[in-house]
Amino acid sequence: MTIQEIAFYIFSSVAIIASLMVVSARNPVHSVLFLIVVFFNAAGLFLLAGAEFLALILLIVYVGAVAVLFLFVVMMMDINFATIRQGFVRYFPFAGLVGLILLAEIIFAITSIPDVGGRATLGGVAHPIPDPQQVSNAHALGRILYTDYFYVFQLAGIVLLVAMIGAIVLTLRERPGSKHQNIGRQSYRSSSDTLQLIQDKPSGQGVHNG
Amino acid sequence: MAEFLSEYLWPLVLLILQVVAIIVALLIAVAYLTYAERKVLAAIQLRRGPNVVGPFGLLQPFADGLKLLTKETIIPTVANKVIFITAPILTFGLSLAAWAVIPVNDGWVMADINVGILYLFAISSLGVYGIIMAGWASNSKYPFLGALRSAAQMVSYEVSIGLVLITVLLCVGSLNLSDIVRAQQGLWFVLPLFPMFVVFFISALAETNRTPFDLPEAEAELVAGFFSEYSSMSFAMFYLAEYANMILMSTLMSILFLGGWLPPLNIAPFTDIPGPIWLGLKVACILFCFIWIRATFPRYRYDQLMRLGWKVFLPFSLFWVVLTAGVLLYAGWLPGQS
Repeated sequence: MTIQEIAFYIFSSVAIIASLMVVSARNPVHSVLFLIVVFFNAAGLFLLAGAEFLALILLIVYVGAVAVLFLFVVMMMDINFATIRQGFVRYFPFAGLVGLILLAEIIFAITSIPDVGGRATLGGVAHPIPDPQQVSNAHALGRILYTDYFYVFQLAGIVLLVAMIGAIVLTLRERPGSKHQNIGRQSYRSSSDTLQLIQDKPSGQGVHNG
Repeated sequence: MAEFLSEYLWPLVLLILQVVAIIVALLIAVAYLTYAERKVLAAIQLRRGPNVVGPFGLLQPFADGLKLLTKETIIPTVANKVIFITAPILTFGLSLAAWAVIPVNDGWVMADINVGILYLFAISSLGVYGIIMAGWASNSKYPFLGALRSAAQMVSYEVSIGLVLITVLLCVGSLNLSDIVRAQQGLWFVLPLFPMFVVFFISALAETNRTPFDLPEAEAELVAGFFSEYSSMSFAMFYLAEYANMILMSTLMSILFLGGWLPPLNIAPFTDIPGPIWLGLKVACILFCFIWIRATFPRYRYDQLMRLGWKVFLPFSLFWVVLTAGVLLYAGWLPGQS
């Protein structure tokens, strides 16, 4: 048994246990933290498979950004744990159905991948996996994404853009009466715009403006 | 057995020795950074600074460390104990883990991985977890507010740091840190990419929670921010991690923009000085600026901080990514372009 095999079993078993804890933990914050553990172990599995670029992108995008915002929201929510557990039995059949459909889809997708020359391919285009000694992960991915799948890649970008604009439109409210700071205007103000020197009268007679 | 020794044991022993060497050097650097910070602040404010413990107060950091070690660790009764204790360990561990990929000289690096810069970016984006976990587990309102502020702040400034990294990577054509330094043999990137250097410097201040962006621990409003409830060694770990992160960010800045271990001019008197000393000098200069800024600028207001990150730095660095890519492509300077 090599070190790699031991590492594989450690990563995968911890990932499975942690993902069970995600759904069974009572405290939602603990759930999110276990989810982060799952992401970490998935990244470890990617590393073992030689996909170091994907491993680190997984960490940066999911752990570094998505899960932080997730944790942010979960911590801010005022959750009543009793009401959550009450709904469990009611929603179980529906959730189970969704889970079964997803499982069936995954099995269908995996079994329907055409097998070209002993290597599973997507979309019928065979891409020989380059030698990792000569071509780095990032180069290999870039070559495929920016040549064969250029339009699909751009399309994915547009889908993300639409999602981003949608999120902004949904949350942007015009609030009348709210005050904004205009930094440019503030910086261009000089003392002559705002300060006025008033000639004072002798004491005891008060100040009269204009 | 002999095979086991040569194949697993010796590499392991060597690895542990390397780790110890890096950690000891780093901790001494952190100790003297706290000393340097107090001395520089004192000089700027016309005071003397620490001058009692040892000659010129040079043993002050160790006295402080010993004091923190011998104090009692207090865990609040309402705190979530496991997460409360994990948070400082995580923060400190992450601040040490990043050093595995930092090259201090040509070939002097513990793990010369292909995706070194992504590894550093990933580690620095994980740093927010220590803070947010500490704030939540303390179960107290000031730490929680500090943690929320810091989570939003670090996520915002990471976006501009990521775009600055892309600009540099476009000029290098590799994600390996040693390759980035070698690509600056003729010209340091600080000259052609000076605006990006400034954006990176300010974002690094925000990322390490330094003044003027030290809102997560703004003492005037939040006591001590996310580590209000921490004491003794658990507090010391946050403190050490903060300074280790400062050194890390300065080193990253030297590697990305100031040519890492390379001398300023490739001629005789400069090339005689070994690379690690050049790197150390550059890091010290940037750290001095960190401290100088702390003594000079007032704290930002929170909405201004967010505005600077999202409305100023993000469009500006995005523009520079497009500009750099355009110039490189038009002039045929893209790495690998024939």
